[in-house]
Amino acid sequence: MSDTTQDMATQPADSQSSLFRQLARRIQSRWRSIILFVPYAWLLIFFLLPFFIVAKISLAEIVIASPPFSNMIEWTDEGVMNIRLVFDNFIYILTDNLYYRTYLNSLKISIISTIACLLIGYPMAYGIVRSGPVAKRLLLFAVILPFWTSFLLRVYAWMGLLADRGTINNLLISLGIIDEPIRMLYTEFAVYIGIVYTYLPFMILPLYANMERLDNTLNEAAADLGSRPMNTFFKVTLPLTIPGIVAGSLLVFIPATGEYVIPDLLGGGNVLMIGRLLFNEFSANTDWPVASAVAIILLVLLVLPMTIYQYFQGKAAEGQ
Amino acid sequence: MAGDPTASDTPWLDTDAEPMVRVRGVTKKFGDDIIAVNNIDLDIYKGELFCLLGGSGCGKTTLLRMLAGFETPTAGTILIDGADMSTVPPYERPTNMMFQSYALFPHMSVEKNIAFGLKQDKMPGDEIDHKVHEILKLVELQDYKKRKPQQLSGGQRQRVALARALVKEPKLLLLDEPLGALDKKLREQTQFELANIQEQVGITFVVVTHDQEEAMTLSSRIAVMDAGELAQIGTPTEIYEFPESRFVADFIGSANILEGRITENSPDHVRVDTNLGEIYIDHGQSVKENSRVWIAIRPEKIKLSKTAPRKGKSTTNQAEGKVDDIGYLGNTSIYKVRLNDGLIVDVTAPNQVRPKSRSHQITWEDTVYLSWDPSSAMLLQK
Ligand SMILES: Nc1ncnc2c1ncn2[C@@H]1O[C@H](COP(=O)(O)OP(=O)(O)OP(=O)(O)O)[C@@H](O)[C@H]1O
Ligand SMILES: [Mg+2]
Repeated sequence: MSDTTQDMATQPADSQSSLFRQLARRIQSRWRSIILFVPYAWLLIFFLLPFFIVAKISLAEIVIASPPFSNMIEWTDEGVMNIRLVFDNFIYILTDNLYYRTYLNSLKISIISTIACLLIGYPMAYGIVRSGPVAKRLLLFAVILPFWTSFLLRVYAWMGLLADRGTINNLLISLGIIDEPIRMLYTEFAVYIGIVYTYLPFMILPLYANMERLDNTLNEAAADLGSRPMNTFFKVTLPLTIPGIVAGSLLVFIPATGEYVIPDLLGGGNVLMIGRLLFNEFSANTDWPVASAVAIILLVLLVLPMTIYQYFQGKAAEGQ
Repeated sequence: MAGDPTASDTPWLDTDAEPMVRVRGVTKKFGDDIIAVNNIDLDIYKGELFCLLGGSGCGKTTLLRMLAGFETPTAGTILIDGADMSTVPPYERPTNMMFQSYALFPHMSVEKNIAFGLKQDKMPGDEIDHKVHEILKLVELQDYKKRKPQQLSGGQRQRVALARALVKEPKLLLLDEPLGALDKKLREQTQFELANIQEQVGITFVVVTHDQEEAMTLSSRIAVMDAGELAQIGTPTEIYEFPESRFVADFIGSANILEGRITENSPDHVRVDTNLGEIYIDHGQSVKENSRVWIAIRPEKIKLSKTAPRKGKSTTNQAEGKVDDIGYLGNTSIYKVRLNDGLIVDVTAPNQVRPKSRSHQITWEDTVYLSWDPSSAMLLQK
């Protein structure tokens, strides 16, 4: 009895609702493809396309023209297509001692800076996660706060701090700790300070996100099984924060390797980094092909850590 | 319990016995207003399977966490095996805990999870392997030792958590809702397994649960908690048959609870006047005459009949009503009987005879007669 009334009531509504549902589904699937399309289009237009242009320029020769490089494809009068790939730029870079040393020095500086960021950022992230709700919000805010002022301004501020007649030296001299100013600006030390200072938030934030998700009962379980706090840290907390460490390290390492402003302003002419070299080739020498080749080699160098990152991401996803 | 012939089965009655756990006046406050545990005294003896039973939020987990050392009591002392625990950190306590959420290490295999605790004791490698192997056999997880916790079912994880805590052979094993994640069938099976394991290893277990059936089947003794306080401690039989308060009578099993007044009080019997008529109890109780009391009668202790009892000399321990509702549970049925004054009494009766037709012998609106034994009514003073 109740069944039939229900049937009668739902019959017309059902066909109607299925129509709606179909429509909704179609719109939904349209939306899904639009939403998927946006990042791909973005990558294509703003990353892949420029990359191919740079790759193309790197295989050209410098000419005095505008733009200052030879064409890759030329048509002869008989209508034959001529493709010219010039590998001289790569050979030049790979055989010239200066480039080799500069790449190495860039990698050295970015690796040491990444380690320094990790050593400073890890305890900071841990401390933030462990603090009370109000303090936590304040501390996170403090981590993000520097982004609110211009990056360039902050680097100039460091110049003021580190200069021979800068704030730090003046303070130390007035306190009588030193007689002569310590040379800090235009040294590698200043570059380290600048990079670590600038990129520290990029280390802290992924670590914080990772640690925040850790279950504190795991620490309790470890303690319960007889593990002292130190051992628990190395056996439980550290392994479980590897995804955060990897993410943070890459976010520091990759931009730090190609960094231009910091070595230029804080390192002066004394610190060789690939970003400065690239800038020199590009604007001072107007040698676009060599500059492009420098960029391509840098990219290849950075693809390696990216692959490691992908590997860990995949492993973490698999683990969950 | 089984391994030690000198230990009695009821160590709590032995006045000389040294308790494994001695809780004295323990209170735990969170902030100023949340009193999670309120002034609890408790003795738990070696080899017991002791259940902490109570509704959600009554402080069971908090009490357990104080035993494990994760919370510091606001007041009171906890002694484990005679040693004061107030300054002993969790990693130095002779206890192991099985967490409500299991807390398995996600980056370690089953095997490594179980070995973790043994490694902390600096045990040699081959001995660890041996112990891990043995315990995996006990919980029947030999084939899963290389898996990560995420690759196990809920029941398997629960057994890993149990194995990880058991393998250290602690003096005291604390289990927080160990069977909470299991379905009814698996749960019943595991209850017996747990009790078996407990007997095999002879470790003292403290089990937290809010499932009274689980507490009844598992435990040597039960502590019923109510809003941070201990309502009653006793064996399952004591708790069920001799509850000391309405809360306990109602929380464990079900009970018809009636308010009443003592009309006669003598050393070998008591009479109470209630809405259910006069109730005669055939044993003495230390109560004052005319005082207000409560009577609890378990539904299965009431006899139900369609024929009136012989109209004898008294109407004590009997009542008449109409069947208001029937709940058919298969093995038993619950009858809701409405008395003439509107009071509803629950009666359960076993379905011993398979009905010939598809209807019950006693059905809606039947007039039925209730009666109970003089020993059945339980007198409660709070
Ligand atoms: N860390 C804490 N901070 C504040 N209040 C807490 C904290 N831990 C527990 N409580 C409170 O203490 C009371 C007892 O909590 P507890 O976890 O011991 O309950 P429980 O008996 O284990 O309950 P359940 O059966 O739901 O697990 C609850 O009211 C709870 O809200
Ligand atoms: Mg709990």
